[in-house]
Amino acid sequence: MANLTLLQAVNDGLKNAMRDDPSVLVFGEDVGPKGGVFLATEGLTAEFGEERCFDTPLSEDGIIGAAIGMAMNGLRPVAEIQFQDFIFPAFDQIVSEAAKLRYRSGGQYTAPMVIRTPYGGGIRGGLYHSQSGEAYFCHTPGLKVVIPSTPHDAKGLLIASIQDPDPVLFLEPKALYRSVKGEVPEGSYSVELSTMRTAREGDDVTVFCYGAMVPVCEQAAESAAASGISVEVIDLRTLYPLDEEGVLAAARKTGRVVNVHEAPRFCGYGAELSAIIAEHAIEHMEAPIMRVTGFDTPFPNTLEHNYLPDHRRVLDAIERVHAF
Amino acid sequence: MSVYEEFKVLSADGSAGDHDPGLSDEGLLHCYRTMLMVRAFDDTAMKLQRSGRIGFSIPNRGIEATQVGAASALKTSDWIFPSYRDFGMPIYHGVEVVEMMHNMFGNALDSAKGRQMPVHFSFEDPIRFVSISSPIGTHIPQGVGAAHAMKLRGEDSVALISFGDGGTSSLGFHSGLNFAGVWKSPAVFLCQNNGYAISMPTEKQTASDGFAVKGEAYGVPGVVVDGNDLLAVREVTREAVERARAGEGPTLIEALTFRMGGHSTSDDPTRYVPEALVAEWEKKDPVPRFEAYLASRGLWKEGDREALYEECMAEVKEAADVAQATEAPSLETIFSDVYEEVPDHIRAQGEAAFDLLRRKGDAAAGDGEFPL
Repeated sequence: MANLTLLQAVNDGLKNAMRDDPSVLVFGEDVGPKGGVFLATEGLTAEFGEERCFDTPLSEDGIIGAAIGMAMNGLRPVAEIQFQDFIFPAFDQIVSEAAKLRYRSGGQYTAPMVIRTPYGGGIRGGLYHSQSGEAYFCHTPGLKVVIPSTPHDAKGLLIASIQDPDPVLFLEPKALYRSVKGEVPEGSYSVELSTMRTAREGDDVTVFCYGAMVPVCEQAAESAAASGISVEVIDLRTLYPLDEEGVLAAARKTGRVVNVHEAPRFCGYGAELSAIIAEHAIEHMEAPIMRVTGFDTPFPNTLEHNYLPDHRRVLDAIERVHAF
Repeated sequence: MSVYEEFKVLSADGSAGDHDPGLSDEGLLHCYRTMLMVRAFDDTAMKLQRSGRIGFSIPNRGIEATQVGAASALKTSDWIFPSYRDFGMPIYHGVEVVEMMHNMFGNALDSAKGRQMPVHFSFEDPIRFVSISSPIGTHIPQGVGAAHAMKLRGEDSVALISFGDGGTSSLGFHSGLNFAGVWKSPAVFLCQNNGYAISMPTEKQTASDGFAVKGEAYGVPGVVVDGNDLLAVREVTREAVERARAGEGPTLIEALTFRMGGHSTSDDPTRYVPEALVAEWEKKDPVPRFEAYLASRGLWKEGDREALYEECMAEVKEAADVAQATEAPSLETIFSDVYEEVPDHIRAQGEAAFDLLRRKGDAAAGDGEFPL
């Protein structure tokens, strides 16, 4: 066991995957000798050489397009998009190509690949270094969407994603890169995709969250406990395909649900969670299913701490559904 | 006029001087037969669409020499990243026309299992002819990625990446050529300049002096070739393939040709193509030009075309009948191949669809017609 930050765990996961499988390659903008703008790929070129960890021209479309071609021809590419905000030139490659290749070729061609990209606020990055675009991708059959919130899961989910036979979008909560530390086993291990984690057990209210919102929700749960409300915090870990049965069981357990994410509310991931719970477990609900989200505005810079859901807003929603 | 000289082998009367095509008599006749097979397939597909048996097709008339000449320069260990108008490439390499017809009908034996429109072929045997998608240019960087994998493994293979004049305006053209230039990928870019992107003439597509020159900015040498001269296309593609195999990097080939039909079976080209232009290109038809060459080598005589075309037609018509008689894909195929394993929520949606089928009967097929 080593005590690592989430960023170090990502780095460790990449190194282990590359040691285990010579077909794993890492590439993107500035990921080579520099080690990436956040240093997630630090040391990879030194250990594995320029053929296996290299810089690419500044073209997200080219990075993902080339990754698809490599994946269909036997490699396991792990492509980095420097910020999730810059992924949109590659949207066509991800949504029209990687996600549909297996289906449209009847399984003749596939794209087993991982797209790693830091997402979310908390670094004073303004409009274009802070967004949470998970909902765009969760609306795309053929893709898997994974978001870790702990160092242990970051490494285990990343290795599982690299080994997965289908394309995975691996969103890394950049706000947690250096702010969380935890025990991480040595060597390779995987955390099964489409499984959730109970971050905190409780009986009165269930909070569903992921990524950088997990510690925020844990803090809110701690505050709620002080006033006698027992809160269960579920870290979803894989947003798509979702462990729907697990979500429903956790919702039925308390009958009071709050869904939390930093992305805008309208058509956000919380809307899907609310719909699944309403469709299959409405008879167990004791209160309206609530959402705590970013606002339906672009992401602000100076006032980002007002935009991002914090423990006050989550606690307020917990108290409301509890009092209903 | 392009800054590049247009490479030609065949003169109008079919003479090729002392050019060595690097093909046996049998190989030359295989090229010829493939062009006629494309023509028979085209003519049949048009009739099938007009009679409502299939929804859509893409005419290839006029550009067969480009397709066949380029395909003839490849080995079956190479990969083709095709455009949607490359029927001659899989046929040249031995894909059976009935396999293509299964796709035209979207039946249970279609490699895409009826999930794609007609002409969106996917084959892996006897050559990799990678699943076609409708978005333009997306396959260009993918071909470069596949080529990069070949290079990293030290394989003796290349990726032929084919697209039209319109495709050069796409994001993928620029990223693909740029990456291939930087990586010295074993890739051959084939721009089939057939005059029009649906209704858009090339002069509205680009202000540059042709398309081959665009490679220069990416460090990718360009070459212009007479696309209706099968031997010339074969020759420049062979040179590009040799360069790629030797580790010398990619080449951008611009083949000057002309789409003698509409963009698709739904398109009326008389609305935007001047009649005089069609008449001019009719004289450059690649089939009689190649026949003249074959005749000069004693391999062709009057009447051969009609006989061979009839033979091809019989094969294509039979393929169409077989494909039409093949059942539609099962309902299950909507839900499979999204992922390697079917996730629970998709399985549940499939089970619900089967349950509804049992309780309420099948859904009625729509009568929608494709407009493009």
